[in-house]
Amino acid sequence: MAVPEIAESFTGSVSRVTIGATKDSGGTRTSTVTVGGARNVVYGGSMEETSEKPVIAMDVLDSRPEDWPDALAEAYKDVFDSPGDWAKKCVEEFGAELICLKFEGIHPDKKDLDASHAVKITEEVAKAVGVPLVLWGCGNDEKDNQVMPKVSGAAKGENCLIGTAKEDNYKALTAIALADGHNLITHAPLDINIAKQVNILVSDMGFPLERIVTFQATGALGYGIEYAYSIQERQRLAALGGDKMMAMPAICDVGYESWRAKEAKLVDAPGWGAAGDRGPMWEATTAICLLQAGVDIIRMRHPRAAATVKNFINQIRKKD
Amino acid sequence: MALTGLQIFKLLPKTNCKKCGMPTCLAFAMQLAQKRAKLEDCPDVSEEAKEQLAAAAAPPMQLVTFGTGEAQVQVGQETVMFRHEEKFHNPTIVAVTVSDKLTGEDLKKRIESVNSLQFERVGTKLGVKAIAVINDSGSDDAFAEACATIKGASDLALILVTESPEAMAAAVGKTADAVPLLAQAAPDTAEAMAKIAKESSCPLVAKAESIETLSELTEKIKAEGVEDIVLSLDGLSFRDQLFNLSRMRALSLKKVFRPLGYPSLSFVADPASRRGGVDSDSDQQAAMAVSLICKYSSIVVVDTVEPSALLPMLTAIMNIFSDPQIPVQVEPKVYPIGEPDEKSPLMFTTNFSLTYYTVESDVEASRIPSYILVVDTEGTSVLTAYSGDKLNEKTVADAMAKANVESLVKHRKLIIPGYVAVMSGKLEEATNWEVMVGPRECSMLPKYLQEVWRKD
Repeated sequence: MAVPEIAESFTGSVSRVTIGATKDSGGTRTSTVTVGGARNVVYGGSMEETSEKPVIAMDVLDSRPEDWPDALAEAYKDVFDSPGDWAKKCVEEFGAELICLKFEGIHPDKKDLDASHAVKITEEVAKAVGVPLVLWGCGNDEKDNQVMPKVSGAAKGENCLIGTAKEDNYKALTAIALADGHNLITHAPLDINIAKQVNILVSDMGFPLERIVTFQATGALGYGIEYAYSIQERQRLAALGGDKMMAMPAICDVGYESWRAKEAKLVDAPGWGAAGDRGPMWEATTAICLLQAGVDIIRMRHPRAAATVKNFINQIRKKD
Repeated sequence: MALTGLQIFKLLPKTNCKKCGMPTCLAFAMQLAQKRAKLEDCPDVSEEAKEQLAAAAAPPMQLVTFGTGEAQVQVGQETVMFRHEEKFHNPTIVAVTVSDKLTGEDLKKRIESVNSLQFERVGTKLGVKAIAVINDSGSDDAFAEACATIKGASDLALILVTESPEAMAAAVGKTADAVPLLAQAAPDTAEAMAKIAKESSCPLVAKAESIETLSELTEKIKAEGVEDIVLSLDGLSFRDQLFNLSRMRALSLKKVFRPLGYPSLSFVADPASRRGGVDSDSDQQAAMAVSLICKYSSIVVVDTVEPSALLPMLTAIMNIFSDPQIPVQVEPKVYPIGEPDEKSPLMFTTNFSLTYYTVESDVEASRIPSYILVVDTEGTSVLTAYSGDKLNEKTVADAMAKANVESLVKHRKLIIPGYVAVMSGKLEEATNWEVMVGPRECSMLPKYLQEVWRKD
């Protein structure tokens, strides 16, 4: 019996977003990263229809993290107080193609650091590494609106990816990302309808759809990953079905979420394996799981987990 | 694929005899198509029509079981490509290899380490469900011996892995009563392997390096009288396996292509490095296994016995195979975080797993030992439960009584989610406890506990 053809008639595709600007395009980056572009579901159809290679953005915090478990902190303890060196370590030792600078320390409930600090760190990191940058606020709307426009300005011309724009707080960031020529992250709390709504709001302000990356919020393995998983799959299917408002590449925050999991951070857990192995394993498998649903950029923390995921990506993307 | 009413009508006697209770054969056909009537209601239907209708009604992917008693497992009968379309039905089975080169104490130790890979997560037992015995030795007797020993020393289901029909026959001779899964029949061994499978009534894995060859192979095996078949693309690169697994799933579900309408089995380590006893890179195995679990492999065979690698694989299965229609819930009871005592804060939240995990994580982050009381809201979040009247002064008071919180803490202060501040008054009346309104977002809990609770 002859094997029938599977003829998928997808009309749409995921848009392509390029992050980073080299000298030729008015920036100072030494490399750029392009994500998105899928014309089929993950492993659907032929290799030609797959997305650009998914990339890992390694997290660098703007100030020394206070609550990182030892198994994670170990890898960075010599550079915690110098985000520039931290970023350099990620790029030179761990092969990061993208750095996500997370402004944790500006949060009013954390260190409440000010805009001048954030600007200084942005400049420091931009100088220390040549890879493109993701600039990520602290999550407190008021403080982000105060600080992130200045951060954006400090990286003007670098074609960064900046976030996050939310349904009830998108105007300031969208306007400044537009003015400074950055790409924008739109953020929804595991709700596909809100995700689309934010994209509509942002595009109503004149922000080009092909410069948006969506963040649907992330759950770690064992902590709600199935919600994120299905939303990512539905986003991909909507994009393939021709919905322009859902046709963006997706970013997820695996590093932060997976290291909150008990399985990663508990030191003493008999029967679960060595503490030093569990964390990197939890982070890597959370990332792998979301890759199956079609995410394009993965924020990660532990070098061993990042190496596992990179190895996996190379394995499924190598040319014949 | 289900037939339409008109397609069914063509197979009926078309006598309009009304014996089925319907006025016409067409009306009966319409009822059949909607599964509101049974074919047996028609006394005059031909045998041929019965067969055709039964074939059309058969699920597009077959269910295959192996193992016996408690160890029996079932795979296949999936109905959708994406879990949100309905759900994935039969969770992937994780099997761990044991080499037949191991003997004596080494073999015993390996079996024990596989047996011990059992875990518990949120009240559910997770574990490795099968042992894959690998015929590394090349010897028929050694393989049969190892299989017999493992059968005696483990309660897990068995997968017998050999390319040799002679070795398979020898091993099946000692294990047939445990109904092992026989892996695997290649095009050149199909007849011999199918014969063993048929005589022992064991399911058989068909292995080929392309979908086209594989579908010819399953037809051949089926013609030999073996119905329970599992598909394997062993030998292909990992990437090609993933693409082909997706294509096979689509062919079986969307095209109802019967030669590929079976569950599948994948080895995560490539055959050359498959040693069954020597761990290759556990991290990489976990990564590959999680990918195969998400993307359509019904049985995944790994080498690693590292608990840190198995726990995430099994958790991924639990998550991906959960029913998207039913919110994942945690058991409604009091959860101590850290080592709380009678002076520790007590707060409540709902039993929707996401809500609970978030609260739990933020309470942990506060480093203040606390009690979290989980109120049964049928798996809904705080705001949804409140608007649906599943979270009110009565349900909270009931949960407090049931959990006997009065004996846990000496104070009489209850922290409630900021979003339901409006129920404070009624709750104080219903419980005689002092209500403290916590933050709306639980990410603010650490600050709240450290500042407001401590000051109090």
